[in-house]
Amino acid sequence: MKRRVSRTTVRNTISGLLFISPWIVGLLVFTCYPVFASLYYSFTDYNILQPPHWIGLANYSRLLTQDPLFYRAVFNTLYYAALWVPLNIVLSFLIALLLNLNVRGVSIYRTIFFLPSIMPQIASALLWAWIFNPQFGLANAILGSFDIPTPGWFSDPNWSKPSLVIMSLWGLGTTMVIFLAGLQDVPRELYEAAEIDGAGPVRKTWNITVPMLTPAIFFNLVIGIIQSFQVFTTVYVVTQGGPVDSTLFYLLQLYRNAFSYFNMGYASAMAWLFFAFVLLLTLGILKTSGRWVYYEGEIRK
Amino acid sequence: MSNTVNPLTGAGVGRIPPRYRGASGAVRWTMRHLVPHLLLIGLALIFILPFVWLVSTSLKPDSQIFVLPPEWVPHPFKWSNYPEALTYIPYFLYMRNSLYIALFNVCAMLISCSLVAYGFARIHWPGRNLLFIVLLATMMIPYPVTLIPVFVIFRQIGWVGSFNALTWPALTGSAFYIFLLRQFFMTIPQDLADAARVDGASEFQIYRRIILPLAKPALATVAILVFLDNWNDFLGPLIYLGGNQQDYTLALGLNDYFGAHSAEWALLMAAVTVMVIPVAVLFFVSQRTFIQGIALTGRR
Repeated sequence: MKRRVSRTTVRNTISGLLFISPWIVGLLVFTCYPVFASLYYSFTDYNILQPPHWIGLANYSRLLTQDPLFYRAVFNTLYYAALWVPLNIVLSFLIALLLNLNVRGVSIYRTIFFLPSIMPQIASALLWAWIFNPQFGLANAILGSFDIPTPGWFSDPNWSKPSLVIMSLWGLGTTMVIFLAGLQDVPRELYEAAEIDGAGPVRKTWNITVPMLTPAIFFNLVIGIIQSFQVFTTVYVVTQGGPVDSTLFYLLQLYRNAFSYFNMGYASAMAWLFFAFVLLLTLGILKTSGRWVYYEGEIRK
Repeated sequence: MSNTVNPLTGAGVGRIPPRYRGASGAVRWTMRHLVPHLLLIGLALIFILPFVWLVSTSLKPDSQIFVLPPEWVPHPFKWSNYPEALTYIPYFLYMRNSLYIALFNVCAMLISCSLVAYGFARIHWPGRNLLFIVLLATMMIPYPVTLIPVFVIFRQIGWVGSFNALTWPALTGSAFYIFLLRQFFMTIPQDLADAARVDGASEFQIYRRIILPLAKPALATVAILVFLDNWNDFLGPLIYLGGNQQDYTLALGLNDYFGAHSAEWALLMAAVTVMVIPVAVLFFVSQRTFIQGIALTGRR
């Protein structure tokens, strides 16, 4: 009996490993090796034509002490994230709430709010470049007709980041759908019980819907932060980091170091600082999540 | 919700619940039904306006582009913007390249991810859970970290400047889609597979003849998301196809076009519209699968 069991185990292990072998190859070639290679490159001077040359911590110290563009990129990226992440969550949450009210034609509204989020980034970038055209764009035409002062949008260093935020908010459909899915799972009985107790719509939203959706909020928060740190296409195509480096985002600066100046070692150091920061931030949020994220079926201490 | 009075048709007016009767009830009714509806209509208009502007611009004659205040209806409709935009750059060549890369990825990902997901979901073997945790952990690694060494690998084997670097890696699967399929495979009851096993079916036969047919909805979700990922990708083609215009995808081609003719908005918007059409069509024919997929993965 014992031998038979172990023979099945052996057979299962072999077929299991065979089935996952494509991923094992990918794990070794496209994840494990690159992660360590990029850590190694970050300690080297590497222009891709000559083999990497060990220089210790020089890349890191140059980044942190002598590179104003690095800090510029960090500042711009954090500025954008601080605006977009909360606005994106609040606005898509509100829209999801409105859609959840059983209004007529809900599927049409859902389509309208969702469709922009699957637009190719390059397509929406070019469309918004035209909408935000300072002279003949739609945005200023509308503002102008209400006699509101018209900004220069992408061409004004003070407005370029808010313009990007507005453009990205157009694509909030993904976040909204996750909230909508969460709203479907809130038990009806909770609302009925609250109605018997005389709670109005605002109270019900604040005391039932919001707490029940904290897992979705948490998910969207983490995903949103990571996404906002990786903005690339729009700033590469439309603003090219300008005007006056006001849209020089982290990934654009990394891309330039790697593929325009071929400072692969320096860019790898940027990648690792990015990795470390994202990891710490995610762990930090995870740590606070016990205090504000409510999972159904979990007993509070 | 059962007492809803429909604000459009008036249905249900006959049985107005007590809390909506009288003057203060009317206010409450307005707050509860009219205000959300008006908000939704307003927001929907804002969201739809860019699309209208896109199509409207794409059909305008040059003289109408730079007019203040802007006019919404092209006069006359200049349909020739489309053929002109599509011949300005080798549009159909770029579209073919985009399609080739996207469809190759769809096929390769469906095969690789479903195989791997089967190994994680349907076969019991020691070490399976540990490796699955490794798979989940790899999703936490942001792609800028692996970007440079992967580029160096592909450069060394001479794949920079060809589609290879954008296509073949799909055969090794992607953690996100493996995860999605694995979750789905776990829900398929065990007895079907057990019966087949008693009849002497191999694991591969069970995968091929039982699991794959039952997993069609999940596979469709993966196919759509993979297609979109690749159709919309910009950074990948930018890094790996740079320099060789023959190989450009639509995304790269549009970028080039913008760089060269940044003031020809009508043609540019026509080109953008044509790039968006496949995405919109895909969305409208598979809306349910689409939205479920997004809700599952949280990703575009």
